[in-house]
Amino acid sequence: MVAVFWVLALTAVVSGFAVFRLSSMAQVTFALLASFLAVAGLVVLLGLGYLGVVLALMMVMEMVVMVVFMIMYMMNPAGLMPMAMYHNKPGAMTISVTTFVVLAAGVLLVDWPDRAGEPPPDPTFALGLSLMSGQMLTMMTLGVTLFATIVATVVLATGRGRYERLGDGLDAPTAADPTGGGVGR
Amino acid sequence: MILQLFLLTAAGLFAIGLYGALSQQSIVMLMMGLELMLNGVLLAAAALWYFLAPAGTDGQVLIVVVITAMAVEMAAGFAVATAIYRARQVDMTDGAADLKG
Repeated sequence: MVAVFWVLALTAVVSGFAVFRLSSMAQVTFALLASFLAVAGLVVLLGLGYLGVVLALMMVMEMVVMVVFMIMYMMNPAGLMPMAMYHNKPGAMTISVTTFVVLAAGVLLVDWPDRAGEPPPDPTFALGLSLMSGQMLTMMTLGVTLFATIVATVVLATGRGRYERLGDGLDAPTAADPTGGGVGR
Repeated sequence: MILQLFLLTAAGLFAIGLYGALSQQSIVMLMMGLELMLNGVLLAAAALWYFLAPAGTDGQVLIVVVITAMAVEMAAGFAVATAIYRARQVDMTDGAADLKG
């Protein structure tokens, strides 16, 4: 168990760091995926099998989607040239190292309380029961948030709707299309 | 396996993600940094649940919330990237500095 922890923890941190060091976008994406899978493994190691597997599945899908966006937007998807896309690198490094030192100091200096209670025999069952009773409000908020995200992403990603074509009042005499076409135009 | 080691790993992931989010120019890489930060939060929540309060389910619910936040962040981030790229072919944060004070 301890050996598994060290392997997963080092994989998570090292591949997380590699995300900002590698020069190919494909390698970067898979480094990030390796980091996520290592964290999912750590979550499984802590006895949360369901959440760990959900995390792993979700991250695999998310990274596959990310690859598509990489190819759409990145100037250097194949990594044939080294990437240097930084701004204020020393400042960012200072801030993040300071953050880590502060967090680590907190982790090591705080007198953590003793473990209270034992994990339930089936943590997944307990989670489901909790989400459907005491934490129902959390679950409903998450559901509404996800729905709002669906609406917002579709609105943002839609190129041109009727409002762009016919003006805010929908009263323009002709549609402002970049190219002609359609009936009678 | 002790709590502190898990939390140190989580702190490392959070700090690396913060570095990426602050230093990367590409919007997609910036979002990778944000994802790494959330990853650290998630690991810390799991460790705190297991080592401090395993009897309750609050830690697990927090993990569910963080996973949802990761999904929302990714979807909304890519939608914004798509919108700004479509409007003015910007895919770097430095190209979208209109609100810079």
